[in-house]
Amino acid sequence: MAKFMTLAEAIAENVRDGDTVAMEGFTHLIPFAAGHEVIRQGRKHLTLIRMTPDLIYDQLIGMGCADKLVFSWGGNPGVGSTHRIRDAVENQWPAPLAIEEHSHAAMANAYEAGAANLPFAVLRGYIGVDLPKVNPKIKSVTCPYTGEVLATVPAIRPDVGIIHAGRADREGNVLLEGIVGCQKEVVLASKRTVVTVEEIVEKLDAKSYNSVVLPHWTVGAIAQVPGGAHPSYAQGYYKRDNSFYIAWDKLSREREGFLAWMKENVLDKTPEAFAAHAKRSAA
Amino acid sequence: MADFTPNEMMTIAAARALKNDDVCFVGIGAPSAACNLARLTHAPQITLIYESGTIGTRPNVLPLSIGDGELCETALCTVSVPEMFRYWLQGGRITVGFLGGAQIDKFANINTTVVGPYDKPKVRLPGGGGAPEIATNCGEIFITMAMGKRAFVDKLPFITSMGHGPTGRERRELKVKSRGPTRLMTDLCVFEPDPETMEMTIVSIHPGVTREQIAENCGWTPRYIDNVPETPAPTAQELETLRDIQARTKAAHAA
Repeated sequence: MAKFMTLAEAIAENVRDGDTVAMEGFTHLIPFAAGHEVIRQGRKHLTLIRMTPDLIYDQLIGMGCADKLVFSWGGNPGVGSTHRIRDAVENQWPAPLAIEEHSHAAMANAYEAGAANLPFAVLRGYIGVDLPKVNPKIKSVTCPYTGEVLATVPAIRPDVGIIHAGRADREGNVLLEGIVGCQKEVVLASKRTVVTVEEIVEKLDAKSYNSVVLPHWTVGAIAQVPGGAHPSYAQGYYKRDNSFYIAWDKLSREREGFLAWMKENVLDKTPEAFAAHAKRSAA
Repeated sequence: MADFTPNEMMTIAAARALKNDDVCFVGIGAPSAACNLARLTHAPQITLIYESGTIGTRPNVLPLSIGDGELCETALCTVSVPEMFRYWLQGGRITVGFLGGAQIDKFANINTTVVGPYDKPKVRLPGGGGAPEIATNCGEIFITMAMGKRAFVDKLPFITSMGHGPTGRERRELKVKSRGPTRLMTDLCVFEPDPETMEMTIVSIHPGVTREQIAENCGWTPRYIDNVPETPAPTAQELETLRDIQARTKAAHAA
């Protein structure tokens, strides 16, 4: 049942050391403010799940919050490497990082299986490639009707699912518009959820009868954090800050520079800092 | 003849491979530039699909990521990511998948995962993303990549997405119904698979490029068809359209 609280309360109440956490948002609506709060509260030993780790997991992993990463594409989109993830995988800094690697199709299917309360997902995938040799969780099943051999992956059932959305109404119903990724699946697959939103409104006013709405009884904590998806974006609120994604390549390349940026912009800040981004790059 | 860079020639050769009635799954970077150039020149009705769920998108600037807001705002419709991979890609609705990559071999298998051992990587690359399933579920695959000895390698350390398989036979043996890589557009030349061996074979050489240059930038000894033609040089319209969209893109991303 939806419960309004501050972001600090929402993270403190829902994210515990050692949890399996999925922060989703496919390029759009990435819950950066929530990720920063997890860093500030010093969570450790997390298993982080995300199709595209993006800068948010580069930051969490660089700050030593995670023991394991489950992912399917780990770069800075259109720019290059996520240097902190590479440093963790290649040099075990700041700590060793176990990885469980999939393809996008497999992870999308695995979230959907989680939402559908199934134990595994089935897909026509991983044909002729090397990932199944290094990821023992990728298995196969023979179709009982046609005999076709199909790939399987276990359903994803996170302890906590964290997403960002445009708006919630006062009852706690949440509306997602634009590129909706797999956030609906993540929320329905997770034991607990934290949703940050740009605004809280009297009435959702969805543009279509078929909009993606998460009823209030499917979500947990809701915290209003305007700008909370920056440097990703919130359709109808502010644009993707592509110049920041380009700048991150340099900011994150060296350990000292990264730590200094994180201290100034995350550790010494509060969620309210995100509001400036929403205003600066208003759509 | 207008002056042009090898990179411009690559993008233009890649764009020419696309048809007006294609439904194309677009990879980010070089493929995205080529697909949008095709849309803005000879293939105005082409359907471009990005894995973020945007179907029939018509961006005015090239997206930096596969999920920029521009893609959603200019799309016919936007579906969820699970639906994109299940109904549209696996459902067999895509005629062409357009991929890039970090490394490729002579049978057009691609590595974007790792250099060195998987458990102790020398270079950790981003990984497969959509590519492993794009490679087998689209009708055919076009690839665009700049040549170089570190990119065009004799043996891949890791196969992220299958071309025609490590010996050129595996795709057929695995009974994959789609055609796999049918064209590879580089900054120096264009490859197509030999119909028997499936080895990527040079079918045209870009203007001003020599066979020595190609040999210096290829990790295996490349084969040529008989009487290889020269790739037609970029037209003034192709070059102008490409430079326009790149200038718009640069200005937009710096903002």
